[in-house]
Amino acid sequence: MGVLTIERVGRSFGGIRALDDVSLEVTAGEILAIIGPNGAGKTTLINAISGRYHPDRGRILLEDLDITFLPPYKIARRGIARTFQNVALFKGMTVLDNLMLGRHVHMKSRTWRCGLYWGLAQKEEIAHRQVVEDIIDFLEIEPIRKRLVGELPLGLQKRVELGRALAVQPRVLLLDEPMAGMNLEEKEDMARFILDVNEELRTTVLLIEHDMGVVMDLSDRIVVLDLGRKIAEGTPSEVRSNPDVIKAYLGEESAAGWAAKG
Amino acid sequence: MDGGATLPRLLLRNAQRFGHRKAAMREKDRGIWQTYSWADSLTQIKAFALGLAALGFQRGDKLALIGDNRPRLYWALTAAQCLGGIPVPLYQDAIAREIQFVLDHSDASMVIAEDQEQVDKILELQDSLPKLTYIIYDNPKGLRNYRHSMLRSFSQVQELGQQFERDHPGYFEAQVEVGSEEDIALICYTSGTTGSPKGVMLSHRNLIATANNLLMVDRYVEDDEIMAYLPMAWVGDTVLSVVMAQVTGLCVNCPERPETAQQDMKEIGPTVLIAPPRIWESMLSQVQVMIDDSTFLKRKLYHLFSPIAQKVAALRMKKEALPWHLRALYHLGNLFVYAPIRDRLGLRRIRYAYTGGAALGPETFLFFRGLGVNLKQVYGQTEIASICCMHRDDDVKLETVGTPVPQTDIAITESGEIISRNPGIFKGYYKNPQATAEVVKDGWLYSGDAGLIDEDGHLVFFDRSKDMAQLNDGTRFAPTYIENKLKFSPYIREAVVIGQDRPHVAAMINIDFEVVGKWAEKRGIPYTSYTDLSRKREVYDLIYKEVERVNSGLPAATRLQKYVLLHKELDPDDEEMTRTRKVRRRYITEKYADIIEAFYEEKPEVTVKTVITYQDGRQAEIEYTLPIRTVEGVEAVQV
Repeated sequence: MGVLTIERVGRSFGGIRALDDVSLEVTAGEILAIIGPNGAGKTTLINAISGRYHPDRGRILLEDLDITFLPPYKIARRGIARTFQNVALFKGMTVLDNLMLGRHVHMKSRTWRCGLYWGLAQKEEIAHRQVVEDIIDFLEIEPIRKRLVGELPLGLQKRVELGRALAVQPRVLLLDEPMAGMNLEEKEDMARFILDVNEELRTTVLLIEHDMGVVMDLSDRIVVLDLGRKIAEGTPSEVRSNPDVIKAYLGEESAAGWAAKG
Repeated sequence: MDGGATLPRLLLRNAQRFGHRKAAMREKDRGIWQTYSWADSLTQIKAFALGLAALGFQRGDKLALIGDNRPRLYWALTAAQCLGGIPVPLYQDAIAREIQFVLDHSDASMVIAEDQEQVDKILELQDSLPKLTYIIYDNPKGLRNYRHSMLRSFSQVQELGQQFERDHPGYFEAQVEVGSEEDIALICYTSGTTGSPKGVMLSHRNLIATANNLLMVDRYVEDDEIMAYLPMAWVGDTVLSVVMAQVTGLCVNCPERPETAQQDMKEIGPTVLIAPPRIWESMLSQVQVMIDDSTFLKRKLYHLFSPIAQKVAALRMKKEALPWHLRALYHLGNLFVYAPIRDRLGLRRIRYAYTGGAALGPETFLFFRGLGVNLKQVYGQTEIASICCMHRDDDVKLETVGTPVPQTDIAITESGEIISRNPGIFKGYYKNPQATAEVVKDGWLYSGDAGLIDEDGHLVFFDRSKDMAQLNDGTRFAPTYIENKLKFSPYIREAVVIGQDRPHVAAMINIDFEVVGKWAEKRGIPYTSYTDLSRKREVYDLIYKEVERVNSGLPAATRLQKYVLLHKELDPDDEEMTRTRKVRRRYITEKYADIIEAFYEEKPEVTVKTVITYQDGRQAEIEYTLPIRTVEGVEAVQV
């Protein structure tokens, strides 16, 4: 069953059609990768799903609920969380505080009561802290719990950002280039965590990634975008041998040569 | 009690005596210290032991353990003992080949592994381990989709145990009852600086007698707190975290993760701490770095009071009276410098601290004594259930490892070897009576260490006998001594000093990546990797100063004339060190023969080929050119 359905979504910026009539269905429990050359519209699609921009045309459904025009915080509350291409954490705050922030959409206590840290607010904070501690344990970041995010190497920052997205306890997790700028070891760790999130927490994962090795190994299915259009969809092996995909990545002529070489 | 004192009987006694009143163990989990009382411990151990029984674990069977210090692993260890079985702890960072050897040699029928990483290692080996019947895991993370007939989770085994209890009431108590103090309680595989590991069999009596002897020197009480952070496979951890805990009822604290041990230690404030030299050295580097990074005033204060601390510590050691002004300054220093540093290191409540396993440099030792940490040297072997010789509170000498503990005789053979005898002497190497006969003769344990007994009856430990070296002009020297002097520098992580049958002394040095890396960053020196940083001229210059400092404290004939900064860190995975991080000198001299030749052929640089073993066992060959630096003016001073 489709947990997330994208129906004929389009979005233009001035004269540029960043997304053009894109439809796809994300199945519950899968890892779906979106790939494509630079400017293919991958990030725009994720931004549209998470409510950062709204599409001009088409609609987006989370199960039966139309979330096309909901503001981001409401979408987050419904169970969609994301990470960003360029880590968007609060660098001057600790890892723990950043993760607690991920719980914010679920907090019910209002400013006054939170400020007094009294009664329900205290109970709530403890409950949220438990969720966050489970995530810290899950991502093995206990040693940096109290460190400022800005002091950490990029690989760890990305892990913390994943943690913040997990703190939302999402049904669907959107990852925008989770491995960008990482070294091999960090990539392996991150790949492990993405698989663990998918298997242990049963979270559906939608990910954009440029590292083809990672994409082929991790994902159950792949969707290929080029110039805002969906040009292919299928399992990693299907996509790998798709002539349109090769063309999009390598250009018309090389693709012919590539195909000839087999 | 018929069979005498055994660890399981002590457990029952403690559960009865302390019940829920007193913590037996704490573990930091989800950011909070979770406490288990003695009664909880018994419940957990009993359920797990009966689960093992339900799976077919018999008296005399071996249960291997592999993982970090976790309460469940400790419970499993005691559970096996309760059934008359024998726990065999392994080093958690052991690679497949080592695990295979120990599991096979020890005839382990079951193994408890901490997590997915360890389970994976064992599953890969299962074809070569026909005796293994079950793999039990503690942390289920990542194992959800493992479908393997041998796998059981810790809680599954405990559930089986609860069922077993209903079917066989009284089984557990009966098994504890038939246990005898002469039963083997533990097999510790010694990493051994030579050859394959040997399984040291220790009985309940060995372990409990050792603990009681230590208690006659340092009086631990039930309110003492210790950190369990050293490998469970090291006998020192078992003696402290299991035996001492059972004998006295003290509380064992397990850190959240190995990386957080220091932070967790600060929160707990242990009262008793044992650490190998490398940990004291790294704490010292940390202080030095901390001071370098701090404000002007703090730096000044530190440099003002630090020498006073050392002077006071040295005077106290000589048992000389302190002049009043030194005493006053020391109190002031304690207020502004020593106490805050102790607190930062988590040593605030320390009553007894020990260093052992290898020699600790005198500068480092003095530093901690000066800080007001009651640091003592201990000496011993796995074969004598850890410790047979130690400093007394009021009788600490810088260059010795103290005097024998009660019920212990120590002597020096004609060839200068240290031999000892006490009730802790082991029952033999498992399945290796020949090796046993080589080290135990007429009830004496031959240590293979060179040493002497000084006029105060203190034991002085030089080195492993075979590690004492002689230059070709006959000058004798202890490489470890020079290495420790080098390692006092925060920039030097590890050093191997050579010179056996050679005209002069030279050193291969591992820089401390973190400290030197930070140093380089501060000065805007770009580098990419450990190898790259090691080969930088600036870094060579930096180490040059350190070498000169070391040389100034050495007799002219044994001064370092040349050194090289190694392109890689010495690593147990490459067999260059033991799992307890002792340098395997003989192996290294073979492996780096090219470098050593180059030292004495007066070459300006040397090309080394090295085979690197990755964690997963793959190998790769890489070539590097390393500069050799000559220390100026050393030859001139030579006599």
